Amino acid sequence: MIEIRNLKVHLGEFQLKNIDLTIEDSGFFVLMGPTGAGKTVLLEALAGLVPVLDGSIVIDGRDTTRLPPEKRGVGIMYQDYALFPHLTIEHNITYGLRYHRHDRHTARKRFERLVNDLGISHLLKRHPDTLSGGELQRAALARSLIVEPRVVLLDEPLSALDQNFREEIRQLLRQIHRSLGITFFMVTHDFSEALTLATQAAVMNSGSIVQTGTIKDIFQRPVTSFVADFVGMKNVFPATFSGNIAQVGAVSVEVAKRHGNGNGYIAIRPEDIVISLKPLDSSMRNSFAGVIRGIVDQGFLYEVHIEVHDLTFRSLVTKGSAVDLGLDSGMSVSLSFKSSTVHVF
Amino acid sequence: MVRREPFYWVSVSCGIMVLAFILLPLMEMLTAPSGAMLKETLHDPAVVRSIRLSITTALSAACISFVIGTPLAYVLARSQFRGKHVIEGIIDLPIVIPHPVVGIAILSVAGRNHWLGNFMSELGIRIMGSTTGIIVVLTFVGMPFYINALKSGIEAISPRLENVSRSLGASMWSTFARVTLPLAWRSVLVGFIMCCARAISEFGAVVVVAYHPMIAPVLIYERYEGYGLKYSQPVAVWLVLVCLTLFLLLRILALPGKKTS
Repeated sequence: MIEIRNLKVHLGEFQLKNIDLTIEDSGFFVLMGPTGAGKTVLLEALAGLVPVLDGSIVIDGRDTTRLPPEKRGVGIMYQDYALFPHLTIEHNITYGLRYHRHDRHTARKRFERLVNDLGISHLLKRHPDTLSGGELQRAALARSLIVEPRVVLLDEPLSALDQNFREEIRQLLRQIHRSLGITFFMVTHDFSEALTLATQAAVMNSGSIVQTGTIKDIFQRPVTSFVADFVGMKNVFPATFSGNIAQVGAVSVEVAKRHGNGNGYIAIRPEDIVISLKPLDSSMRNSFAGVIRGIVDQGFLYEVHIEVHDLTFRSLVTKGSAVDLGLDSGMSVSLSFKSSTVHVF
Repeated sequence: MVRREPFYWVSVSCGIMVLAFILLPLMEMLTAPSGAMLKETLHDPAVVRSIRLSITTALSAACISFVIGTPLAYVLARSQFRGKHVIEGIIDLPIVIPHPVVGIAILSVAGRNHWLGNFMSELGIRIMGSTTGIIVVLTFVGMPFYINALKSGIEAISPRLENVSRSLGASMWSTFARVTLPLAWRSVLVGFIMCCARAISEFGAVVVVAYHPMIAPVLIYERYEGYGLKYSQPVAVWLVLVCLTLFLLLRILALPGKKTS
C-alpha cells in the first residue's frame, strides 16, 4: 500500500500542494489530469527524484520520504521509454540486477520468463534505436519489472504509441499487472486509458488532487466542473443491457463484450462514428438513420450533431469529407460505428 | 539553371577569404624550410626535448582537467542553484585574461610572499621555472575548454536516463559511471582535445612562470629572437606536424556517426 500524506513539492514556480492519496496494494492506480497539472512531478516525488518539502510517502509500511531513489523499491517507466541508448536490449533489461541480491539462476529464470511473456526474446541483441515504439515499451517494462519493485510508476506509457500499438500495450499492461500482483501507478491525460485499466483513480489539476475514487465514481459523480469537463467523453448514454445489446431509449446499440443484464453506461468517441448519405454495407454492427441538427467548426474538423430518435450523437468529420458529402443542418444521414468502439461501464 | 542570389556569392567570397587567411600563412610556413633543414632540426636534442615537453605537459593539463573538471561539469550541467552563473563566469575567466597576466597571477600565489607558495615550498613543490609550473599554467588556461565542452555534452543527455538508473538501484556514482560517462565520452574526448590544443599553444603565461625548461613555443620564440625567421620555422613545422597527427588520431576516435551518444 502507498500512503501519501500532505505532500508538498516546490519546483521553481510550480508547486504540489497537500497531496493525500492512499493506493491499495497490488492495485492499478491511474492519475489523470491535463498537461502541466503536476502528474509527472508527483510520480518523480514518489520515486525520490525531486526533493519533498513536506509530508510523507509510506510504501508498504516503510517511510520512504527521505530515502534516495535506489533504496525505495520503486521502478519508473517514462513515456519516451528512456532505454539506455549505448546498451543492447538484453543489457538494458539486466541493468538493475547487480544492485539486488538475487542468485544468478533465479535472476536468469526471471529474465527468460519476462522476455518470453513480453515477446521480446528476439530483440535482445539489438540497440534501442532499431526498435519500434511498441518494442521499446515492452523492453522498458521488462527492465522495470526484473528487479521486482514494490511499485511501478508509468508516465503516460501509451501516449507516444500509435493507435495499433496502444491497444496491444494496454492489454499487455493489464495482463502483466494481474500476473505479477505489483502495484501500478500510471499517469495519463487520456481518460479512456483510465477507463480500461484503473482499479482506482484520481484527477489532478494545478498541483492538487481534485478527486479520488473508483473510475466509475469519478465518471458518474464528478465533484467539480473541472473533473466533469475533464472526463467529458462525448456520446455518453445511460443504458440497459441485455446480453450484448445496450438499450438507450429507443435505440438498440450492439456492444462487443457482453455486459450481463442490468444498467450501466455506454460511451462512443465522436471520431469513431462514421457519417454517410446512405446506410453503409460494412462490418460495422451499428447503423442508424438520423437528421443533422447542428455543425460546429472545430478548426481542422467539424463536430456534427445527429439526432437519432431521442438521442443526439456527436461525430467528428474532416472539412474535406463534410464538403464532399454536402453536410448541412436538417439533412438526413446515416451514422455507423463498430461494436468494438462502444465503451461499456 | 538556377540563378544564384547575390547573397550566395558574398558568402562564397567571404568563405574563400577566411580559408585563405588561415591557410596562406600556415602553408607558407610549412613549405618554407627545406627537407634537409627539417631533418637537421629533428636531430637537434633541444627541439625534440621541447616538443616532447610541450606534449607531455599539455596532456598532463588535460588529464588534470579530466579528473577535477568532470565532476564540476556534471554539477553545472545538472543543477540549478543561486550563483551558478557567477561560477560559470569564473570558469571562463582564464579565456579572457591576457596570457602574461595569467602567468603573473600564478606567480603571485606561488611565490615566497604568499602562504600558499610557502606551503608548497615546504612540500618541495616548485612552480617558478619548473615542469610543475608549466603544467599549472597549462591547466589554468586549458581547463575552461574541457569543462565547457563536457557541460554541453552532459546537458544533451536526458536526465531521465539517470533517473531510471537510480530507480533500478544504482547509486549516483554507479549511474555516472554506467550511464552518463559512456554517453558523454565523445564530449569528454572533444573537451580533452580542446584543452590539449589550448595548452600546447600557450606561450605568454608560460614564459612568465617557466622560461626553462623550454616548451616548444618558447623555443620557437627564442630561435626567432636569436637567429631570425629562417631558424624558427623548422621547429614550428615540427610542432605543427606532431600536434596535427596527435589531434587527428584523437578526432578519428571521436568521429560522429557511431551510435553511442
